Amino acid sequence: MTTSNRTKMIKRGAIWGFIVLELVFFSVAGRFLSLSETRFMDLDNMLLLLKQSAPIGIIALGMTVIMINGNIDLSVGAIFALSAIVMLDSQTWPIFSGLSEFTVIPFAWGLALITGMVLGAINGLIVWKTGVDAFIVTLGAMLGYRGLVFMYNGEQPTFQLNWTLVDMTESSFLGLEFPAIVFIVLTFLVWLMMTRTVHGRNAYAVGDNRDAAVNAGIRVGPHMLWNFVLIGFLTAFSSIVFYSASGSVNPNDGELYELWAITAVVLGGTKLVGGSGSVINTFGGVLAIQLLRKGLGHIGADTETVNLVIGLILIAVLFLDRQLNIKGKGELRT
Amino acid sequence: MSTQTPALRLEGIVKTFPGVRALDGVSFEVLPGEVHALLGENGAGKSTLMKVLAGMHQPDEGRIYIEAKQVIMRTPLEAKAKGVVLIHQELSLAEEMSVAENIYLGELPRKRFGLVDTPTLLAKAGAILKRLNCGFGPEVTVGDLSIANKQMVEIARALTVDAKTVVFDEPTASLTDAEKVVLFDVIRDLTERGVGVVYISHRMEEIFTISDRISVLRDGSYRGTLITAATNEDEVTQLMIGRSLDLTRKHEPTDCGAIALEVKDLSCDSLFEGINFKVHSGEVLGFYGLVGAGRTEIAETLFGLRTPSKGAIYLEGKEVKITSPVAAIQNGISLVPENRKEQGLVLGMNCRDNMTLPQVGDLTAGPFVSDGAEIAIFDLYRDKLEIKTPNWRQLVGNLSGGNQQKIVIGKWLSMHPKVLIVDEPTRGIDVGSKSEIHKLIRELAKQGYAVIVISSEMPEVLQVSDRIVAMYQGRIMREFTAQEVTEDNLVQAISGITASGEKAA
Repeated sequence: MTTSNRTKMIKRGAIWGFIVLELVFFSVAGRFLSLSETRFMDLDNMLLLLKQSAPIGIIALGMTVIMINGNIDLSVGAIFALSAIVMLDSQTWPIFSGLSEFTVIPFAWGLALITGMVLGAINGLIVWKTGVDAFIVTLGAMLGYRGLVFMYNGEQPTFQLNWTLVDMTESSFLGLEFPAIVFIVLTFLVWLMMTRTVHGRNAYAVGDNRDAAVNAGIRVGPHMLWNFVLIGFLTAFSSIVFYSASGSVNPNDGELYELWAITAVVLGGTKLVGGSGSVINTFGGVLAIQLLRKGLGHIGADTETVNLVIGLILIAVLFLDRQLNIKGKGELRT
Repeated sequence: MSTQTPALRLEGIVKTFPGVRALDGVSFEVLPGEVHALLGENGAGKSTLMKVLAGMHQPDEGRIYIEAKQVIMRTPLEAKAKGVVLIHQELSLAEEMSVAENIYLGELPRKRFGLVDTPTLLAKAGAILKRLNCGFGPEVTVGDLSIANKQMVEIARALTVDAKTVVFDEPTASLTDAEKVVLFDVIRDLTERGVGVVYISHRMEEIFTISDRISVLRDGSYRGTLITAATNEDEVTQLMIGRSLDLTRKHEPTDCGAIALEVKDLSCDSLFEGINFKVHSGEVLGFYGLVGAGRTEIAETLFGLRTPSKGAIYLEGKEVKITSPVAAIQNGISLVPENRKEQGLVLGMNCRDNMTLPQVGDLTAGPFVSDGAEIAIFDLYRDKLEIKTPNWRQLVGNLSGGNQQKIVIGKWLSMHPKVLIVDEPTRGIDVGSKSEIHKLIRELAKQGYAVIVISSEMPEVLQVSDRIVAMYQGRIMREFTAQEVTEDNLVQAISGITASGEKAA
C-alpha cells in the first residue's frame, strides 16, 4: 500500500476511531464520575443520542454538499427558525380552517419545506449571479432572514400544538424515534446522491477545480444554486422534525446552528476549500459531537466546559489533518 | 574584462524537479558594470536559473559566488541582503499603499513606540526616485501608477540595498517603446555605478540594444556565451534552437478534407483583432507567437470562455454562436487548455472520472451514474492513447505530465469533437512523452479531426503542423504552409516583421 493510500485510510477512519475512543472513555470514566446509575453505553441512551443529533445532523448533510462544492452557508440557523414559524403558524391560517389536525399536516410541512427552498434559492441566485463569495452572501442572509423571523412575531414565541403531529413524531420504529429515522434515511439519500449521481460527481469537480469544471461544460452557477436549494430544503426538514414535536418556536431558535453544522462537517473530514468530503463521515462527525456533549454531561461537566472541549478538539483535528496533508517537498511551483 | 572579479558567478548548477531536470550543470557569471543577457526558449530553464539566483530555489548541486566569495542563499531576503535583487515580471507591489511604503516595505524607518517615521521615509524614497528620474513623488498610491512606473517602484526597491547584481525578468513585456527607452536609461545608469545586470528577455532587438554579452540556455543546459558586439541574430538563434534545423517534415502530409472551422474577422477588445483563418478536417493548424500574442485568447473565445467583440465563427459552413463552453462542446469544439493542472483536470478525482466528466450526464442508468459505461469509455481511450496507469482508480494528480495530458485529450476525443484545440500540448512534459504527444496529434489529424495546436515552442509547431499561423500582438502576421516555413521567416513574423520585410507598428 502506498503512503498516500494509507494516509487516506487513516483519514477516512479517523472519525469512527474517535467515536470508539469517546465511547470507551465515557464508559470507563462514567463508572467513577457519573452521578447516575445508568451505564453510558445503554441502548436507550444511544437511541436517544441519535434522536438528539438529528436537528443539527440533517442540516450538516446539506452543509457537507455545500462545503464539498467549495461554498458555505451561514444562514441555516435563521432558515431553521423561519421554516418552523411557517409550519406552526400556517396551521392557524383561515384558508386551512376547514382541515382537521391530520389533514393540515401535509400543507404545513409543504409550506415549511418551500420556505426553506426559497430562502436557499435566494442565496444560490445571489451567489451565482453576482459572483460574491458565499460566505458574505449567506452572512448577509443570516442577518436578513433572522430579521424576518423577528418581524413575524416580534419577540414572542410562536405556538401551535397539534397532538396528531406530536404523536406522529414521537412514534418509533424498531426503537428508533421519528427524528432518528429521518436523519438516517436522509443521510443515506444524500450519500447516494453524492456518490452515485451526476450531480454528486459534478459537486466534487466544481469544488476541487472550478475552472476545470467550467471547461468540462458543467454549468457551475445553476449547479451551485441547486445545492443551496438542497440545504434550504434539508434545513426546513430538520425544522419540521424538531418543531412538530415541540410545537413552539422562539425567535432566537437555531442560532449558532450553522456553526455546529460546520463543526460536524469539518470533524468528518470535509475540507473548507472544497473538493473532498463524505456524507457518511459527516454523520460520524455529528454523532461524535453529540457523544461528547452527552458524555461530558454524564461525567458531570457543565455546558461551558463542553463547548471548550469541543472547540479544542476541533482545532486539534484540523492540525492533525494538516500534518497528514503536508506533501512531499520540492514540488515544482508553476 | 575577463580579469575582473564577477559580481556574481554560478558554477555547475543542477536543479531537478520530479520528472524534469530543469538545470543541468549551468554556469553563468555577470561582471560589475555589464549587462549580461540570458536567452532561451520557453522551458529552457531561464526562470529556474533566475529563481536560484534570487534564493527562491536551492540548487541540488553547484556553487554560487558573490565577488569571489562562495555563498548560500536560502531565501529571497537573504539574497537581497547579499546584494542580489530580482525585478519580477509580475510586479509584486501592495497596490493600496504609497510608493514610499512599497519601496521600504518590511524595513520601514521607525520612531519611538514602533510608529512609522513618515518624514524620513518620504525623504529617503524621494531621493531614490530622483536618482531614477521618476516623474512621480513618494507619496503617490501605487495603484494609480502606470505599469511602467510600477516597474520603476520595483527598481527603486532594489536600490534601497547596495545591490551588486540586479536581475530583470522580461522587464519590457508590458512597456511602450517610450517607456522602454526610460528603462534602458535606468539600466545604463545602474551599470555605470558598477552594478552587474542580468537581463532576461525573448526579444532579440532589445538584447542587441542593451546587452554586452549574451548567454544561451537550452533544455536546461548552458550552450555558450557570445559577445554582443561580435555576433548577430542568426548565430544567437542557432545557439538557442540548437540545430541546423531539420526542416524535413517528420510526418506525411495528410489529405485535407472539407473546412471544419472558419473564423472571420474575429476580434476581442484589446486582446486580438481581425483574426481570419480556416482549419480543414484532417489537418493540424499551428499557432505560433510570443506569450501574450493573443493565441490562447483566441482559443478561449472559440471555446466560449470569452465573448468576441466582433466577427463570426463558422462550423462546417454554418455560422454558430458560441456563448459558453457548454455551447462549444455541443457544437463539437473542444479545448485542451494551456494549464493542465489548473484548467484541465480535477486533480483530486480518479482517471476515469476525469475522462468522463463532460459526458457523465449521458452515462446514467436510472438516476445513477453507470459504472460500467464509464469504465468502458475509460478502457477504450486508455488503450487508444496508451495511457499508463495501474487502474482507473488512480488519482489523476499522481500520473506523469504526459499521461495527464493524454487523459485530457481522451476526455475530449470520447466526445467525438469536430475541432480539437490543444493549447501548449507538451508544457511541463518530459522529452520522451513529448514526441508521443506529437505523434498522437498527427494520428488524430489522420483520423479526420481538425486540430489546432498552439505552442510557444518552435520545434513543436514545425513538427506537428500542416500550416502555421504566426501571431504578433493580437494580429495574424503571416500564414505559412509546411513547405514555405523556415525558422527564420517564422521568427521574423512573430517579431512583427511582415512578409515584405517591414516592421509592423
